[in-house]
Amino acid sequence: MESDGWWRNTAGARTIVSVLVAAVLVWEIAVRLFGIRSILLPAPSVIILEMIKIAPWLGEQTVYTVLETLAGFALAVVFGVVLAVLIVSSKLVEKTIYTLLVTFNSVPKVALAPLFIVWMGTGIEPKIAMALFIGIFAIVVDTVHGLRSVEPDMIDLARSLGGNRFQMLSKIRLYCALPSLFAGMKVAISLALVGAIIGEFVASSNGLGYVILTAEGDFNTPRIFAALVILGIVGTIMFYAIDLTERACLPWHVSRRRE
Amino acid sequence: MQREVHVLTRKSPTCIEARGVTKTYHSSRGDVLALQNVDFEIPEGQFVSVVGPSGCGKSTLLRCIAGLDLPTDGTLEVNGRQVSGPVIGLGVVFQRDVLLDWRKVIDNVLLPAEFRRLNRREYEPRAHALLEKMGLTEFAGRYPWELSGGMRQRVAICRALLDDPDILLMDEPFGALDALTRDELNVELQRIWSETRKTVVFITHSIAEAVFLSDRVIVMAAKPGRVVDVLDIDLPRPRPLSMRETREFGTYTGRIREHLQVTSVWKK
Repeated sequence: MESDGWWRNTAGARTIVSVLVAAVLVWEIAVRLFGIRSILLPAPSVIILEMIKIAPWLGEQTVYTVLETLAGFALAVVFGVVLAVLIVSSKLVEKTIYTLLVTFNSVPKVALAPLFIVWMGTGIEPKIAMALFIGIFAIVVDTVHGLRSVEPDMIDLARSLGGNRFQMLSKIRLYCALPSLFAGMKVAISLALVGAIIGEFVASSNGLGYVILTAEGDFNTPRIFAALVILGIVGTIMFYAIDLTERACLPWHVSRRRE
Repeated sequence: MQREVHVLTRKSPTCIEARGVTKTYHSSRGDVLALQNVDFEIPEGQFVSVVGPSGCGKSTLLRCIAGLDLPTDGTLEVNGRQVSGPVIGLGVVFQRDVLLDWRKVIDNVLLPAEFRRLNRREYEPRAHALLEKMGLTEFAGRYPWELSGGMRQRVAICRALLDDPDILLMDEPFGALDALTRDELNVELQRIWSETRKTVVFITHSIAEAVFLSDRVIVMAAKPGRVVDVLDIDLPRPRPLSMRETREFGTYTGRIREHLQVTSVWKK
């Protein structure tokens, strides 16, 4: 009976794994069958061998990129939430900062990377800055939306209890904004990873972006793919980490009630 | 009837007093007169219902008493003080329960203590006692979404009663509930009121509910919102649900219904 329960509980995970394994198999067979050269499209087995060969170095580069991403993401959340609170609290801030933010977001942020290198050098700072700037917009927009989507009845309740603006924010508005904040965070974490890689592409001697850039110079396609696979895995893990945090933080939310 | 009202109010001190209360809303389609020259007195410790058709301004009236809205003209006094902003120290129960989804039932009940910066721990026994009175003891640690509509509204009533307000304002609190749950809560509310004798202003569009619960019923009409009658309900308490089938009860509901029909259907 117990193994039965385990079998049922892992149904979702088993589906994902089977689909992935099947796709990899098709890929492997297609490459061998049509004799595609490794420099164009390496077979999964070749990529795995390459990953094993340079495992320790690849691991170091992965940690570097993940650190940049998480640092940028964390800063985006902190600054994003503070900005959102300021925007909903003050018409002046909304008219000035929010307008600037929207304008700023319309500039392709890839184009800012060289500027950050000029300002901050070639260390980890410009990469964190890229991750921060590319991710913060989603956080601000979603949090502003969440802070504003408070039922009028709740505001009346708070007023009838003699609540001041700060209590309204700390006891009601922030909680109403949490579901939107998490939606924004899911978008921002993926974007932060993009930001970190862009930063590494422009000027770097570390990270998975650097791995891809140098491998390209050597026509080492299996290594490029190795970095891409890791990026895919890292991105997925980070996304689901936020999803799990959301489940733990918002057991009361509508989207969780039927579970 | 109107004379008798005056004699009655002289006996006990007036708790809520409205004099020429007028409220105009500005909308894109011009001004809307929600309340016109509303006068009434609510003596301390009475259960008073306000009944009327949709759009007669009864909710606006309650918001004005709570200080959530201010009258455009006229004066409203609560406990002898003119209302100029949210009145602290009265309990409000809204049409929708307005429980905070992210707080457990007990934390929802304790919300007023937090907002008023009172010692939470001091109020915890009282919160539990209120929940017990409402038959919700075992739900204290649950989230609101795990409760039925009737239970949720009971929690909202507990919350309104937490720091023992003199006045309880209720805005169609049972309007969204099914008929059986509504009856049940009517009986329960009557019991709680008999035990505490708070001044209650109860907004409803159910004539039977108003007569069943009240010492006095204020009848309102729409367009513009105004008071058309005030009745004192002279039925013995505690009132069982079966009282609604008696002739005396029917006399009261008949008189109110007459007002509502005359003012809402025949004028068209």
